Amino acid sequence: MLTDLTIEQARAGLRAGDFTAVELTMAHLHAIEVLNPRLNAYLDVRHDRALDQARAADAALAAGDARALTGIPLAIKDLFCTAGVRTTAGSKILEPFVPPYESTVTANLLRDGAVFLGKTNMDEFAMGSSNMTSAYGPVENPWKRRQDESAVLVPGGSSGGSAAAVAARLALGATGTDTGGSIRQPASFCGLVGVKPTYGRCSRWGVVAFASSLDHPGPFARTVRDGAILLGSMAGHDPKDSTSADVPVPDWEAACTRSVQGLRIGVPREYRMDGMPSEIDALWRQGLDWLRDAGAEIVEVSLPHTKYGLAAYYVVAPAEASSNLARYDGVRFGARTDGAELRDLYERTRANGFGSEVRRRIMIGTYVLSAGYYDAYYLRAQKVRALILQDFTEAFGRVDALLTPTAPSAAFGQGEKMDDPITMYLNDVFTVPANLAGVPGISVPAGLDPNGLPLGLQVLAKPFDEATMFTVAAALERAAGFDALPTLRAGGEG
Amino acid sequence: MSLDPATVRRIASLARIRVEEAEVATLQNELNGILAWIEQLNEVNVDGVTPLTGGAQMALKLREDVVTDGGYPDQVLGNAPDRIGDFYAVPKVVE
Repeated sequence: MLTDLTIEQARAGLRAGDFTAVELTMAHLHAIEVLNPRLNAYLDVRHDRALDQARAADAALAAGDARALTGIPLAIKDLFCTAGVRTTAGSKILEPFVPPYESTVTANLLRDGAVFLGKTNMDEFAMGSSNMTSAYGPVENPWKRRQDESAVLVPGGSSGGSAAAVAARLALGATGTDTGGSIRQPASFCGLVGVKPTYGRCSRWGVVAFASSLDHPGPFARTVRDGAILLGSMAGHDPKDSTSADVPVPDWEAACTRSVQGLRIGVPREYRMDGMPSEIDALWRQGLDWLRDAGAEIVEVSLPHTKYGLAAYYVVAPAEASSNLARYDGVRFGARTDGAELRDLYERTRANGFGSEVRRRIMIGTYVLSAGYYDAYYLRAQKVRALILQDFTEAFGRVDALLTPTAPSAAFGQGEKMDDPITMYLNDVFTVPANLAGVPGISVPAGLDPNGLPLGLQVLAKPFDEATMFTVAAALERAAGFDALPTLRAGGEG
Repeated sequence: MSLDPATVRRIASLARIRVEEAEVATLQNELNGILAWIEQLNEVNVDGVTPLTGGAQMALKLREDVVTDGGYPDQVLGNAPDRIGDFYAVPKVVE
């Protein structure tokens, strides 16, 4: 089926004339029509626009003007502003918002010929690890527990719609954003490759801001090589983002074919946590064996401040969010609730427009930045952040990459881990440190748990050394031979 | 450090989020739970550590201070709740 192709295969098939971009896009639009009412992965499907883009792709292919992604159908997280296409960030407060401009990352994908199928569901303002905080309803994970097919599992979050769409074959790839694990954790939950590049690799211009110093755009794909293809298109210097890095984008596809022979892979001992399911620990050891067998040297390293990463993150991220989200006041754009006077208008607009998790984080952020508490919370968290970066810098003085589990569990059920906010926050324990330090990370599907649910392994690398990250990830992928499929997928049992 | 109901109301007010009286107790519990968990940062010795503001290990670039974009008021005003000519029309925000 056309929906089962990798991007690499689709690219070759389009160029060889085995099928057209219109046929490829139609196959995906049909699959979306069948499965999306159940999965709720897409918030907005752009049927006509996608077909127009596919026809343009076919014309380019016929003219011999094929680019990196000509005719490849993708899903776009609803955090990326898309010109003329509503962008909600999963929030009621942006329900009426139609951006007049295109984010740099999506503009790069369009420049390279991609077809946009639609905008995907997400946790509100990217705050969540389950997609349960979306104002537009939860997303169903296309994977099912073997023993309990009726249980509805979460796809992870915050980029849950993008992950579910790619897993269910409703797109060949997708964009996501990762502020504390929002690409890598859903990739692990949905059996996908998810890439968070180095801070500064992908422009944040036109991406609705959550926590600016932690937000990283990146891709979802079904193979490491497809992740490299997508990131190659998304990345690059952008003068419109002052934190965009002016460094060359190397050939990451080539990096996927290199050997790990002689590479030094670090195992951070602090990632071995009490209460972690034994299958995750076993998969981690298996991953190390695979890399050792492929010629890498395994080295024990220490990242002593790991355990403080989450707490530092839950000061820094809400602080930045409280500042970034101050713009949603109901005055110039977005939803408004009228009030008796101006202050009442602000307070009612924000109480009605934001969901409970967003309100909670804005309040935490407001508190840690307020007079008298700034030093005790915010400044201290920034110092701990410096120590976490220092841990990575020291480790990367001894090793080329680190291997860790991506998440402390497989996908859980809708409604689980909702009792108190901290239980949900703990999902990000292995992913958050890379956001605090800005180092690149990737999740690779590596095995199944006893319920038949996918589990990912995470590779972390030095800043701007995504090439080594892709080399190690591709070696894991080859050794794992992960070929399990989700229950709900185009042409599947669903 | 534990927040009392008055502090919860003050934070909500600073954040410009309306909080109904019935919500204060729940919020107080949740916020105190999160803040108590964050207290673990006090275990870390941060003496002499320079705070890190961001992941970008680079100097900010300078650019020419010139106009590079603009001239399409209809697009800019596309999301305005109301307009008068080429201006946003909004509730009175200056008192």
